[in-house]
Amino acid sequence: MNTTAPVVQVENLRKTYGSFAAVDSVSFEIQRGETFALLGPNGAGKSTTIEILEGYRDRTGGTASVLGVDPGKGGLDWKARLGIVLQSSGESGNVTVREQLTHFAGYYPNPRNVDEVIASVGLQEKEGTLIRKLSGGQRRRVDVALGIIGNPELLFLDEPTTGFDPEARQQFWQLICSLKADGTSILLTTHYLDEAAQLGDRAGVIAGGKMIDIGAIDELGGAEARVPIVRWREGATRYEERTHTPGALVASLMAGGAEPAGLEIIRPSLEDIYLQLVADHAQASEVENAR
Amino acid sequence: MSTTSSAPVTATGRTSRSSLGASLGRNLRLGASRIKYEVRAYFRQGDSVFFTFLFPVVMLTIFSLAFSEQNFGSEEEPLTAAAFYLPGMIAAGLLLSGLQNMAIDIAMEKSDGTLKRFAGTPLPVMSYFIGKIGQVFVTGVLQATLVILVASVAFGVELPNEPSKWLTFAWVFVLGVTTSAVLGIALSALPRTGKSATAVVIPIALILQFISGVYLGFSLLPTWLQNVASAFPLKWMAQGMREVFLPASFEVLEQSESWNLPGVAIATGLWLVIGLIVTRITFRWIRKDS
Repeated sequence: MNTTAPVVQVENLRKTYGSFAAVDSVSFEIQRGETFALLGPNGAGKSTTIEILEGYRDRTGGTASVLGVDPGKGGLDWKARLGIVLQSSGESGNVTVREQLTHFAGYYPNPRNVDEVIASVGLQEKEGTLIRKLSGGQRRRVDVALGIIGNPELLFLDEPTTGFDPEARQQFWQLICSLKADGTSILLTTHYLDEAAQLGDRAGVIAGGKMIDIGAIDELGGAEARVPIVRWREGATRYEERTHTPGALVASLMAGGAEPAGLEIIRPSLEDIYLQLVADHAQASEVENAR
Repeated sequence: MSTTSSAPVTATGRTSRSSLGASLGRNLRLGASRIKYEVRAYFRQGDSVFFTFLFPVVMLTIFSLAFSEQNFGSEEEPLTAAAFYLPGMIAAGLLLSGLQNMAIDIAMEKSDGTLKRFAGTPLPVMSYFIGKIGQVFVTGVLQATLVILVASVAFGVELPNEPSKWLTFAWVFVLGVTTSAVLGIALSALPRTGKSATAVVIPIALILQFISGVYLGFSLLPTWLQNVASAFPLKWMAQGMREVFLPASFEVLEQSESWNLPGVAIATGLWLVIGLIVTRITFRWIRKDS
């Protein structure tokens, strides 16, 4: 196998239900060893996209290749190279954590060590507990453990930390970082921007089924979106100005001698940039619909 | 515990892989692993243990106690309620462990995401089915053993001692339990949600039991109802079991006044084929666009 070929290659991916386009001309690539985050509001098409790539849904149009295979036609050999953590799971779970992992490990040709996997998701103390008796967050960790037990080349994580407390999320991030260090390629969907910033090498923002931006995490939205904002008040009037030279602006404000009220200099966070992107897109499509 | 789980993690192991789908040995090995997993989970599920596993024993006990004063045979050849109901309860066990249990179990697995998870793993569908049918077989054998033991030990039912009778028992049991399991898998396509599965499946099983000579003596039913029941497999399984456990003098009470074992084999076998075809057509890990 050519190790320099992208592990995921998607071009003009399209999925329609009747006249509704859930995914509309989405294109991206994931290189081997890379973690790619798909960001977007609920219903944007993230899960539909990831489920097409996992082989769960058929696409309406476009091309897709996952580990060199068309995901609509992937066989057992292909599935053995993937790890899938679905968005939700509600199994009855009448087996213990260890029984479940040992059993699933048997499905794969080169599974990870069960003890190591249990330790990596922090469930050593719960390994003898029936899965149905675990808390929601603990069950989610079992899901993640099942996703990595087969030692996958490519791991799909569909909103993996929804419902986690901050500590569990931190631990989960460490786990993903260790998988990245092992060379696992990862496709992650999330609506936590800090998660994408922590884990992602690159990210794509999806809204209304369209990829509205794609790039390295620190380049999303373009340079313009990162221009600092200076805010202040004069009497009851609020002012806001974007400038590459906030210091100079503040100095000019001070020229009058009076301290400006409510002075702030803000560098847009990833979250600000993301929200701006999504808002811009919503506005643009409204204008388009109005026409 | 499986030893494969401790295989070392190697980067080089990723490049050399044989074709997983084509290996019958792998399918069987995973099937065996599934049987163990399924049986273990089954006995941890309190309601399934009661409503499918213990149900025939409970019903046998109730009938035996309720009708303990009645003679179900003739003046010359008396028969206790326990002896009269034993074959029907064994047949009911086949239906409950197979059809009812499988149809509800798989419908639930469909709706709770279990099958979706399997769809994303290299588990062959064949191994999954081996696991299901194996679970039905294991629990069915234990269930029949328990019913026969309770009938014999607690209610003094005399068991047949001719090997030929037990041979009949063996093939009717194996054919019956397999057919019942496969029909259960086929029927699991019917409920739209896991929650509605019991509401859809239990009435079907219950009606079959009432018209097939499980709770009501088959010879007491009107001819038209006997004919309706003859279209379904449970009547034939119960008839086969009656041949094994009832005195020869009861044969004249059957339809066509014969145990008709070839009929038992043909009717049950036909339903097995129907079940396999329906399963082949309808079973999917997931509906791709639901």
